[in-house]
Amino acid sequence: MPVTRGFIGKRRDRGERADRLPPGQYDTGQGWPTLTAEVTPHLVPEQWTMTVDGLVDTPRTWSWRELHALPGSSYFGDIHCVTTWSKFDVTFAGVSVDALLEAAGPQPEAAYVMAHSTTGYTTNLPLADVTGGKAWVVWEYDGKPLPIEHGGPARLLVPHLYFWKSAKWVTRLELMAKDRPGFWEQNGYHDRGDPWLEQRYQGDP
Amino acid sequence: MSSSAPAGGWTTGRLIDVQRPSDKLVRLRFHVEDRVDHWPGQHYVLRLRAPDGYTAQRSYSIASDPHDPLLELMIECLPDGEVSGFMHDVAEVGDEFELRGPIGGWFTWTGEQPAICVVGGSGVVPAVSMARYAKRLGLADSLRVVAVGRTYDDLPYAAELEKYGAFLALTRENLGDRVAHPPWPDELAPLAEGVERAYVCGSVGFASFATRLLGEVGVRSDTIRVEQFGATS
Repeated sequence: MPVTRGFIGKRRDRGERADRLPPGQYDTGQGWPTLTAEVTPHLVPEQWTMTVDGLVDTPRTWSWRELHALPGSSYFGDIHCVTTWSKFDVTFAGVSVDALLEAAGPQPEAAYVMAHSTTGYTTNLPLADVTGGKAWVVWEYDGKPLPIEHGGPARLLVPHLYFWKSAKWVTRLELMAKDRPGFWEQNGYHDRGDPWLEQRYQGDP
Repeated sequence: MSSSAPAGGWTTGRLIDVQRPSDKLVRLRFHVEDRVDHWPGQHYVLRLRAPDGYTAQRSYSIASDPHDPLLELMIECLPDGEVSGFMHDVAEVGDEFELRGPIGGWFTWTGEQPAICVVGGSGVVPAVSMARYAKRLGLADSLRVVAVGRTYDDLPYAAELEKYGAFLALTRENLGDRVAHPPWPDELAPLAEGVERAYVCGSVGFASFATRLLGEVGVRSDTIRVEQFGATS
């Protein structure tokens, strides 16, 4: 591809962070851009529940209090949005998706997950991307309650994929045998969304 | 319908026209090679490439009508904006850029249902594409636009939107006999009557205000489609 006349670029992250920035991303620093396709819901934590169902032995639903009674788990690291910002060294806390799946018992044919939000938002993921310590349901950011505009009271967190996979206001994980596209995936975005492979849009490798 | 929104891959755009209507805005018109015609509301990715291979890319809403022979973007220059600053300060007619689009199938309007746009600042851009499309197809009755800006000069496309019959609400200066203020519920209510879809585009703070205001005048939240930009800290 041709070089842009006169462009040198100013946001190069040299030094130790350079290898933490996936291709085409920039470091957003202290800011946290908010992207939402629907009206932000104002949920009461005590009325919010988390369900795991679909191809499981025992469909399970947890209340806010029950979820907090599970062993806690946290993530410290980086997040990457398809709109090209990355944010370094963020801390989220909640519960590992592994713990939820263990309680529900995935059936052998389960290979994909559809995450559902209270708003009707959906996003699809391979089951392998939310198991083995790679995914969380989180309600704390930097030691404080997760702000509603960032998905509070609770959101999915799958930090190794582009952040639209980390569904805000998540309320249900549905295990499926076959993949089917979620909200952005029906609207032109990639089914997997690995930032290191730049899987931004349908048709990317 | 949403699954059939047009989508295009990487291509080249040659800059045919550059205008800087204010010190914060740059209007860019490109000839796009092998262009895939868009739907109003879709966006493009614009990528800049340095001699050593470093790239920076950002998404921008399309301002042009799908039948416009050129692709028009209106970019707001952000503080320290790597791509917006370059396009404002350096880009010239004849320069070539990597463009990818059209992209997105959610924040689109093709005239099937009566709709209202409540848009603020540079968030007016997708509504301009919708309004131009509506004008060409004689669908102006199906699209009401409420455009909010600080001042008339700050608001991109203010004169053109006014010509299409948009309601302009300025927050920092009076417009005619309208005293500076964000839109009031009783200003929005008659425009929202009978709409089956609402589009909100603007900053995070604006989107929150606009969705609340639409709710107050009886627009169901599940008919509202939102596109917001900017950061919380």
